[in-house]
Amino acid sequence: MSKKTPAINSSSTADIAFLLLCYFLMTTTMGTQMGLSRRLPPMPDKDQKVEDQKVNQRNIIIVRINSSDRIFAGSEPIELSQLKDKVKIFLSNPTGDPSLPEKEEIDIKGFGKYAVSKGVISLQNDRGTSYQAYIAVQNELVKAVNELRNEFTMAHFGKRYESISEDQQDIVKKAVPQNISEAEPKNVGKK
Amino acid sequence: MSKFKNSDKKEVPAITSSSLSDIVFMLLFFFMVTTQLRETENKVMVKIPQASEAVKLERKDLAAYINIGTPIKSLQAQYGTDARIQLNDSFKTKEDIRDFIAAERDSKAEADRALMTVNIKADQDVRMGIITDVKQELRRCSALKIMYSARKAE
Repeated sequence: MSKKTPAINSSSTADIAFLLLCYFLMTTTMGTQMGLSRRLPPMPDKDQKVEDQKVNQRNIIIVRINSSDRIFAGSEPIELSQLKDKVKIFLSNPTGDPSLPEKEEIDIKGFGKYAVSKGVISLQNDRGTSYQAYIAVQNELVKAVNELRNEFTMAHFGKRYESISEDQQDIVKKAVPQNISEAEPKNVGKK
Repeated sequence: MSKFKNSDKKEVPAITSSSLSDIVFMLLFFFMVTTQLRETENKVMVKIPQASEAVKLERKDLAAYINIGTPIKSLQAQYGTDARIQLNDSFKTKEDIRDFIAAERDSKAEADRALMTVNIKADQDVRMGIITDVKQELRRCSALKIMYSARKAE
């Protein structure tokens, strides 16, 4: 053993790795996708003549956005900032007002009987409504439901909604359902 | 004196740069794991609206994207400035959504097909008319799980 093997010059491997790194940086996307999750109602069957589902008048609140982005809840115009409180009162009906939604005792598995509101929010929009206004309203509706869920969780589990287990979240979801229906499109603004 | 005298004979030893590549590789793996390949090139300008209640999309790999907005500047001469629907890499009309959804469904694993989410990325200034059309079309092909893409606002 007279000669030592010379060390391989490895300074360029870093460059190669940088090249790869740059390639991945350029071709990939990062960042999580955020958004509002919704479930569309299935298309009604063509053969089956759908009579309008008779929902009791008091159980439904119609939120309308017209082509100039004005919001109507029920029949009167309302500001976006007031919408959340209005929906919260509508869904929770704390005073048992006969003009607000009725409640139904439902046996929730793992929790027991609870009076669940039968309120449905029906969201209607015009073809000329801007998407921004639509999302803003959707956001307010979700916020109302989320706040109610949080209040329910605080009252019954003593924690915030985000910090309870998944099973418990399911209970809360059943107790405070998110019934937002995106109505069949109709031209509300054509008059 | 002589004790602290700098001997000119000694050279500064070369810094070993062999671990540098390991560090860069670590970075590389980080990016490979946290990112996903960009599949399409945006042909429409989309500034998604803000929403404070936005939640995370759970299965990013099970999402199909529909972009709606005005064509980007370089394509405006060709396509005009009206809002258009972009599926995959080209402008499509709402009639093409059915085929698009079918293709997307086929590309997912059988067990996951029911969980497929259609992510609607629409520009905030788009009118609802086009989105209503898209929604109706999605209902017709029973892709009912949708998500309105939104930025989280604090």
